[in-house]
Amino acid sequence: MGTNVYGFPLLSLLAYLPLVGAIFILFIKKEDEKKIMQTAFGVSIVTLLVSLLLIPGFDSTTADMQFTEQASWIPSLGVEYAVGIDGISLLLIVMTTIITSIAIVSSYTAINMRIKEYYVSILFLETGMLGVFMSLDFFLFYIFWEIMLVPMYFMIGIWGGGRRLYSAIKFFLYTLFGSLFMLLGILAIYFLNADPTYGTGQYTFNIIELQKLNLPLHPFQFWIFLAFFLGFAIKVPMFPFHTWLPDAHTDAPTAGSVILAGVLLKMGTYGFVRFCLPMFPEASVYFMPYMAWLALIGIVYGALVALAQKDIKRLVAYSSVSHLGFVMLGIFALNTHGITGGILQMVNHGVSTGALFLIVGMIYERRHTRLIADFGGLSSRMPIYSAFFAVTMFSSMGLPGLNGFVGEFLILVGAFEANKIYAGIAVIGVILGAAYMLWLFQRMMFGPLDKPENQKITDMNRREIAYMTPLVVFMFWIGLFPKPFIQVIEPAVEKIVQRLNSAGALAKQSSTKKTAKIQEETEETLIAINLETSKRVTD
Amino acid sequence: MAPTLPEIKLIAILPEIILAIMACALFVIDPFIKKEKKSQLGYFSIGALVLSAFSSLFLFGESITTFSGMITLDAYALFFKILFLVAAIVVVLMSIRYVQVERINLGEYYGLILFATIGMMLMPSTTDLLSFYLSLELMSMSFYILIAFMRKDPKCIEAGIKYFLTGVFASGIILYGMAFLYGATGTTNLSEIATFIQVNEITSNPSLSMAFVLLITGFGFKIASVPFHMWAPDVYEGAPTPITAYLSAGSKAAAFSVMLRIFIDAFSLSSGNWWQILWIIAVVTMTLGNLLALVQSNIKRMLAYSSIAHSGYILIGLISASEIGYAAIMIYLVGYVFMTLGAFVVIVLLCSRNLKGDQISDFKGIAQTNPMVALTFMLFALSLIGIPPTAGFVGKLYLFNAAIQGEFYWLAIIGILNSAVSLYYYFKVVQIMYTEEPSENTVLSFSPPIKVALGITGFATLFIGLYPEPIIKAALYSVKIFL
Repeated sequence: MGTNVYGFPLLSLLAYLPLVGAIFILFIKKEDEKKIMQTAFGVSIVTLLVSLLLIPGFDSTTADMQFTEQASWIPSLGVEYAVGIDGISLLLIVMTTIITSIAIVSSYTAINMRIKEYYVSILFLETGMLGVFMSLDFFLFYIFWEIMLVPMYFMIGIWGGGRRLYSAIKFFLYTLFGSLFMLLGILAIYFLNADPTYGTGQYTFNIIELQKLNLPLHPFQFWIFLAFFLGFAIKVPMFPFHTWLPDAHTDAPTAGSVILAGVLLKMGTYGFVRFCLPMFPEASVYFMPYMAWLALIGIVYGALVALAQKDIKRLVAYSSVSHLGFVMLGIFALNTHGITGGILQMVNHGVSTGALFLIVGMIYERRHTRLIADFGGLSSRMPIYSAFFAVTMFSSMGLPGLNGFVGEFLILVGAFEANKIYAGIAVIGVILGAAYMLWLFQRMMFGPLDKPENQKITDMNRREIAYMTPLVVFMFWIGLFPKPFIQVIEPAVEKIVQRLNSAGALAKQSSTKKTAKIQEETEETLIAINLETSKRVTD
Repeated sequence: MAPTLPEIKLIAILPEIILAIMACALFVIDPFIKKEKKSQLGYFSIGALVLSAFSSLFLFGESITTFSGMITLDAYALFFKILFLVAAIVVVLMSIRYVQVERINLGEYYGLILFATIGMMLMPSTTDLLSFYLSLELMSMSFYILIAFMRKDPKCIEAGIKYFLTGVFASGIILYGMAFLYGATGTTNLSEIATFIQVNEITSNPSLSMAFVLLITGFGFKIASVPFHMWAPDVYEGAPTPITAYLSAGSKAAAFSVMLRIFIDAFSLSSGNWWQILWIIAVVTMTLGNLLALVQSNIKRMLAYSSIAHSGYILIGLISASEIGYAAIMIYLVGYVFMTLGAFVVIVLLCSRNLKGDQISDFKGIAQTNPMVALTFMLFALSLIGIPPTAGFVGKLYLFNAAIQGEFYWLAIIGILNSAVSLYYYFKVVQIMYTEEPSENTVLSFSPPIKVALGITGFATLFIGLYPEPIIKAALYSVKIFL
């Protein structure tokens, strides 16, 4: 099934470390707030370090699962404890550990009630998120997928603002609704695999085994794809299932929004890449136009609604709808460029939007308002803040030289290869994205400092600079030198594209070799463009 | 020819005999125990239940049919016997303090619980309509008294009368259905009925259909399925909380255990179109139960509607009429018993002299005053919704498994839509526990027995969720008798 170079259950250690930390915190006295925060931060940093240990042992030349662990769990059902990662998971796992650590640090002053429960929730959430990205067994996957909803529900419901209870239960209900349909889909594959006509005749939930299944498009792939689609599309969220997102984002505490945008939304897109494409290649091709159009509607609609927002956080939330439309468009371009770009954009969105939410959180902590109209001319009082804000904004807009550009570029290339109209419409989204971001920045940062409350506003403190810096480093790193990131996911993407091809699904599209060649070329151009831009910037 | 006495193997009902002797002994000891020391009788009955459970452990692997084919002891019966005994232990544990608070600390209370348990334990063993009816009545009679046990509480009396009237009515209907069945086949023995139907290749026979419909109606009352559910909310609300718990968990499980015997053994549900009527009942039951639970403000009423909905889910297993379906019913019932009892344990915890503790708003802020209780209640809520890693999830997984395998796709879809709806009302309680500030008159009073009860139910709910293998294996082994 795969290899484990360390011969040590590193992934399990990684996944359960935050859980152990959370249980440990349960035994600390409620009043000992400093110790709770330090423990939570310590645990998240150790988890981060453990996740970094994966990188030296990772072999980026193979698409096979690595660091695998496998043990029998519920033999009567064919359930195994199976974990393992490929490049896609590796990228998302490291992103998760980084974002969680940052979320914890950013909560030090923002959260001042029921501290213990808060940090227990965050660490518990981290275990769930890491588990989702490494599970190789559907039963295990489903447990992690569902269990994570509970701490997130509490984060919004207890520490949120506004209509927090409404938003929390809405988030929970929407996601549960989708995942239950996914569960039916999982059970359907489970039985089809056990049917010798279609599968191996064995009862198993093993994802790698089930990916080998070749089902006919009608009725099986068609319906099971739809069941999975509901589960993942709500999580992403794709238009028209996105309505929970602005509410949840707006009412969640800063760290909640950061984790929600940074990691939770990626689970939906991850699900499409990991399950839908390889398991239902024909259905993916069949539904490709529908998916692409939904993604395009999401891109343009999200951007237009973002333009009209008065609340900064809501604006960022709608920008997420737009950005995730890009990710979905890339994935459902069903070619190497699109999927690579989609996955890279998942990471980019996590970094940029996470950073944006942190920036909104900082200003909210100072002024306790998030209305754009309450600000103006802040750049004179908060120079460091406005610098960080500017970089993050450019990264989110997709300015060359920063991470957002690389992802969007690859997605647009992929979309162009698939259908020129898709790329044409998506470009409108890019322009609108620049519009709402720049306009937001202009209204908040420039102009006269005419609000008396803003006169005494303080700039970012050292802690805030410290947790923003790694994100900005990643923005430049992915923007200027994306090669290591693309290299890591390349084999896994190739495997998916091959699977799409070998299923005869993409007969009309060019062969894999040709696509690989194009990719090399574009990568070169990309790097050239980046270098040029950075040169210009430095000049 | 001289009539020969049928061979009787008493060992087949050894656990019940032990329990019956102990229950009678309890009634004898009762007058000699001082009023303030009646809790000792609670411990005495726990001892009886444990003893009975141990004796049933020795019967593992036995397969005995005795009393002229009226009673069968097999793995299936033992599975349920042990489940009922554990449930009874939890019920007694949560009663010990409750009866003191409600001033109904009488010996009969425990004795009747034991008798109800005997009735339940006999039910899955019955392979004859007569023995089934006797054990059903033994259980029901005990419940008639137990439900109305708080003589001075008008709501409790109302509950008692409602349960009595509907219960007697349901028993009458079951009896009527049995008469039709006997009339059509000439026997009361379940396997002989099955043989008769098979040999004569009866596919549609008016009196057989009549029997089926009447039995479904009677059982519909017992498991509180729509449209025979009206009594449940009032009875659940009025009855003493531990008895509500036992009624909801134990008597429902017992009714299902015998439904499997009758409808699969005798009617061989897998053939014919019997399932259509059950399909409609299941869908209506789960939907109506969940929708009505949404608007309740009394938690016992809410759990009553939720328990109606759960009957609907469990019927999925009966409809799919397959090995997985039957096993699913058993697995689900195990989880259901523990999570329901657990939820009621928390309600009992809330009950004190000046607070009834059965309003959802009474749960305010428990998370801050008693985090462990809140956490455990959340576990039960997750399990009742069917979110992993809990026993309820494993049960639902099996039920939906059965539905998908039997190609009842719509049933599965309606089932999951209902599960999603149920999230709303279960989490309303969780939300009140976690997000509201605690009120002053909510004081949870712990006693060692209730801690043990909470521990057993919480542990079982989580353990079965994480490692269901033993339960699944036992269930799959037990249902072999139906194949």
